[in-house]
Amino acid sequence: MSRLPRLEFDGVIVGGGGAGMRAALQLAQSGLKTAVLSKVFPTRSHTVSAQGGITCAIGSDDPDDDWRWHMYDTVKGSDYIGDQDAIEYMCSVGPEAVYELEHMGLPFTRTESGRIYQRPFGGQSKDYGKGGQASRTCAAEDRTGHALLHTLYQNNLKAGTTFLNEWFAVDLVVNQDGAVCGLVALEIESGQVVFVKSKATVLATGGAGRIYATTTNALMNTGDGVGMALRAGLPVQDIEMWQFHPTGIHQAGVLVTEGCRGEGGYLVNKDGERFMERYAPTAKDLAGRDVVARSMIQEIMDGRGAGPDSDHVFLKLDHLGEETILKRLPGITELSKTFAHVNPAKDPIPVVPTCHYMMGGVPTNVHGQALSRDSAGDDVVVSGLYAIGEVACVSVHGANRLGGNSLLDLVVFGRAAGIHIEDAMRQGIGHREPADDDVARASARLTRWNASGDGESVADLRRELQRLMLVNFNVFRDGDHMRRSISALAELRQRIANAHLPDKSRVFNTARLEALELDNLLEVAEATAIVAEARTESRGAHARNDYTERDDDNWLCHSLYFAADRSVAKRGVNFSPTTVEPFQPVARSY
Amino acid sequence: MQISIYRFDPDENEAPRMEDVELDLPEGRDLMVLDVLELLKAKDPSIAYRRSCREGVCGSDGINMNGRNGLACITPLSEAAPRGKLTLRPLPGLPVVRDLVVDMSQFYRQYEKITPWLVNDTPPPAQERLQKPRDRDKLNGLYECILCACCTTACPSFWWNPDKFVGPAGLLQAYRFLADSRDTATAERLAALEDPFSVFRCRGIMNCVSVCPKGLNPTRAIGKIRTMLLSQGI
Repeated sequence: MSRLPRLEFDGVIVGGGGAGMRAALQLAQSGLKTAVLSKVFPTRSHTVSAQGGITCAIGSDDPDDDWRWHMYDTVKGSDYIGDQDAIEYMCSVGPEAVYELEHMGLPFTRTESGRIYQRPFGGQSKDYGKGGQASRTCAAEDRTGHALLHTLYQNNLKAGTTFLNEWFAVDLVVNQDGAVCGLVALEIESGQVVFVKSKATVLATGGAGRIYATTTNALMNTGDGVGMALRAGLPVQDIEMWQFHPTGIHQAGVLVTEGCRGEGGYLVNKDGERFMERYAPTAKDLAGRDVVARSMIQEIMDGRGAGPDSDHVFLKLDHLGEETILKRLPGITELSKTFAHVNPAKDPIPVVPTCHYMMGGVPTNVHGQALSRDSAGDDVVVSGLYAIGEVACVSVHGANRLGGNSLLDLVVFGRAAGIHIEDAMRQGIGHREPADDDVARASARLTRWNASGDGESVADLRRELQRLMLVNFNVFRDGDHMRRSISALAELRQRIANAHLPDKSRVFNTARLEALELDNLLEVAEATAIVAEARTESRGAHARNDYTERDDDNWLCHSLYFAADRSVAKRGVNFSPTTVEPFQPVARSY
Repeated sequence: MQISIYRFDPDENEAPRMEDVELDLPEGRDLMVLDVLELLKAKDPSIAYRRSCREGVCGSDGINMNGRNGLACITPLSEAAPRGKLTLRPLPGLPVVRDLVVDMSQFYRQYEKITPWLVNDTPPPAQERLQKPRDRDKLNGLYECILCACCTTACPSFWWNPDKFVGPAGLLQAYRFLADSRDTATAERLAALEDPFSVFRCRGIMNCVSVCPKGLNPTRAIGKIRTMLLSQGI
């Protein structure tokens, strides 16, 4: 194969969402040659859809608020498999990172005194769970993600970041020493394939909610980073942990923020009963998302679901009054009218738990450096590779993420990775040379699709995969179903390997992108299925009918999945924060 | 349902054409135009368009539906094609890359021209800069722009002078920073907009207002900028 054209950068960030652009900003401001490579124009990244806010103990609502309380909530929310060093870092550095965003111009909603407005969110408490509900989520109305993403894009323009917009990442280029030397990417408009060489490559590709037939995720959330990591022989961690957001709009899948319940809304079943009072007597509708989602499904299974198919419940907001709704939740009002044909100031919104967030991902340390394992089973840093945001598993979310913690994760670890790369560059890290074969390997699947003859269609195979995952890896999971799904996925792998890309054209060929995305969906789905079946317990978002209890003796640990031999290993959870006593696992109730 | 869709692949076609397609739609639901596009694409994968969030916040799928710009994902069929036939074209006024995909560079250049970031030369405090709710309220109706280009590409003044007239989307953002109590670059921002084209080519046609999928009002923002420019000149 002829040599590909090359571009060279100090740092290449794959993905232009909140994490990617926060990292890019750090690098560009320090004068490094930085590029953000994104398959969409950056402000179209999925961060834009985040609504409710960014959780952080800035002490605006309560001057006595303490990041340690936030840390406690996050550890408890994670069902104790969040790494406590990482959670400590996120919660303690958080205020600085949030103030920086404000200084950059993020239009936060304000309190009367002019400080950043904070609203209550699920799983939040004061005084280590003893002081009642906290209001810790910093908000820009219910468009916080949009405000954050645009602010970061604007500041990257200011800093002179190079944007490779509408470029698709095909695969990582890994040399014989196992170092990541950059990636092969496809410029969507021209169809040109390029080797983008970099001293540091940062995966910031977001989640993969599109493995499910309904999800709050954007159509482009296809797990590209997870696919790239697995194909490069790297492990993923806790990939069985998928968050189902309690309030996706019935049928449409569109998200309705937890901020609705934070502002005083609550869920009712078909009888109008506020059922969360039975499941979580203290926190009620603001219990952890996993708890609320399970309670909703339980109501539906017990015959108290609403609608002709008894398949959803309602989110009631009308008692808040039109003024509050319009002032605090204007975006929700818009979405409800468009997708549920209801005005929340008058009628309740039909909602159902909907796939929302991938807690697992590429394991990293607190600097965002990707981790793998050596033959002795010890952690090793993958030279040249970082992962941040939803694609990463640092892990601050463990088995269940708290609302508002994802935006904080993005900016804190985007920033941390940026700082670490700056330091590494100052110490003089050079480019690593790949062999031509290494580059060719990273173009292989593109070559495969381009050469495909007759075969099944991408759309049909994708639909089948998404249905399979929705039915078998939902809020409740069952061993037999999961085992059958693993076989079905193995068969799908064969079929996808022989699938057909009919359109081989060059310019803005979105059929080719969807084919490449299907490869990634398959990697994520198969990893999810195999690890979910292997984790024989119920913890956080992973709830099994055949193993209904949490099993700390065997599973108070991360899972690690390797695609090469489809194997599952265990990895210890960090219980060693540096400035506070560790939080020990106890039974989790809200 | 009858659909007519604009097709053009620069490698294959000398000129664009309208392709007529007959599509069976699932019953009982008022689909969004994006749903229709996805159904079409499942049948013919070569149809190119941008899309992502499918809920009207990412701004990818601005297209022209039966003569009107809007976001495919939040435009119900009943609204786009009340009489049954749906005609889909790329946004007008920008070069077509392929099918419904336009080259947005000119649009983004105009956005970049207005210094689209907060400027504040005072050293930042240890916490956030304070802002009164009534000052923050001035940003409502401005910061929500999703850069979908529906407004700018519906504007005849932009069609005439895409290189010199900033256009409604860019000017809405220009005002977003002029209106921000935290921004200290008002004089510089106004000076950069003073020429006869950047702002003053707006003729108050208000196509921007009528098509904005987020219900924003660029014409009003442009009026405010004009007022600031004129009162500064006195």
